[in-house]
Amino acid sequence: MTPNNIFKIENLEKKYGERKVVDIKNIYVNNGDFFVIVGPSGAGKSTFLRLLKYLEEPTNGDIYFEGKKLSNPLDVNIQRSISMVFQRPEFLKRSVFENVEFPLWIRGKKDNEKVEKVLGQVDIGNLIREKTSSLSGGELQRLALARAMVVDPKVLLLDEPTANLDPYNVELIEKIVLNLNKAGKTIVMVTHNVFQAKRLASSAGLLLNGKLVEVGSADTFFNTPKDARVKDFLEGRMVY
Amino acid sequence: MVNNELLEIIFLTLRVSGSALAIACVLGIPFGLILGSEEFRGKKIIQLLISTGMGLPPVVVGLVVYLLLSNQGPLGTINWLFSPSGMILSQSILAFPLAAGFTSSAIAAVSPKLIIQIRSMGTTSWQEKITIFSQARNGIIAAVLAAFGRIISEVGAVMLVGGNIEGHTRVLSTAIVLETRQGKFAFALSLGFVLLGIALLANSLTYYFGGQWEK
Repeated sequence: MTPNNIFKIENLEKKYGERKVVDIKNIYVNNGDFFVIVGPSGAGKSTFLRLLKYLEEPTNGDIYFEGKKLSNPLDVNIQRSISMVFQRPEFLKRSVFENVEFPLWIRGKKDNEKVEKVLGQVDIGNLIREKTSSLSGGELQRLALARAMVVDPKVLLLDEPTANLDPYNVELIEKIVLNLNKAGKTIVMVTHNVFQAKRLASSAGLLLNGKLVEVGSADTFFNTPKDARVKDFLEGRMVY
Repeated sequence: MVNNELLEIIFLTLRVSGSALAIACVLGIPFGLILGSEEFRGKKIIQLLISTGMGLPPVVVGLVVYLLLSNQGPLGTINWLFSPSGMILSQSILAFPLAAGFTSSAIAAVSPKLIIQIRSMGTTSWQEKITIFSQARNGIIAAVLAAFGRIISEVGAVMLVGGNIEGHTRVLSTAIVLETRQGKFAFALSLGFVLLGIALLANSLTYYFGGQWEK
């Protein structure tokens, strides 16, 4: 492991009963990377992210974060260094402001200005006093992003963050996460959307039936993939 | 019945039912919080007992408490029979399962996905519990109201344990029974309205403060 690796994964396995849903040998995620895993539905993408956040414990294998092996219960400082945006985010029955303030409250660092700033960044500053129940799908997803961003995490995990959103919201969210990455934030995203992966990734991999078929720089992965299954997936020829 | 006597009865009613409600909530709400959020051996049996307890007949509770507090009973030495303390004890027993049961249901109804997402932010165990509690607040308010409704108008237990002694253990519900037996229907009815008024006031205050909390 080099100092530049933020995540190191070794022989990671996750089984539900006898069914193996994640089976990844050895990969690294570098500091400042925008690492995107693509794959069809049911490939194990969301499970992989939940393993990185240690919301689920691996059946076998190890995950290292900044050189420290993750174990149960996860060290609260590591937990707080990694923010996750879920595919279907859930919110507290409170205002937009209070939902974004919540992760700061956990840390004992309430900061109104920070909340207002981050809500402005995701373009819902005008909804600050609204209840979350009055927000649209796109606004809710941006709220989830704001809630993850407000604590300035070292890593942002994104689980299909734009699934089912309209082009305006997709573009807006992509712009925000790209800017975060340009500012040095490490991002790990899973998506089934190859076009989006191409637009965002600095490195990428294909997950099929829990196994990483190929991983590489975005340029190599998207333009000169070695594995035929990657070619097929990228060109939309793969039948699942 | 003179005004002073009526005021005394209202005051004792509020004192007995208020104290019983406070005891039931102080014990029942944390109990319900644990029952609704934790997994442990015997949980289903406890849930079953609590559900059964929600329908406890007041007169049976009154009888059991009477036997416990009577001179020959195991708690006879504390001299609580025919006293407000005994009435508070019996009403606490009646209200506890409602406070615990409704709280438990409200906590269990909080979305498990939300709990996972809260946890993913790095909450401590206590922060997680406080947050789940706040998410279930409407259900917990309902628990308090249900417990209050159960005891404020209850007559069987307070009659048996308190004895309806004038100036000592007479509360609104037992006074209504007495006045009705004496054929003073108009007065019994007016006492009934006072009881209803107290219930209305308590509910209004709970909704008001519940609403304030919601804002």
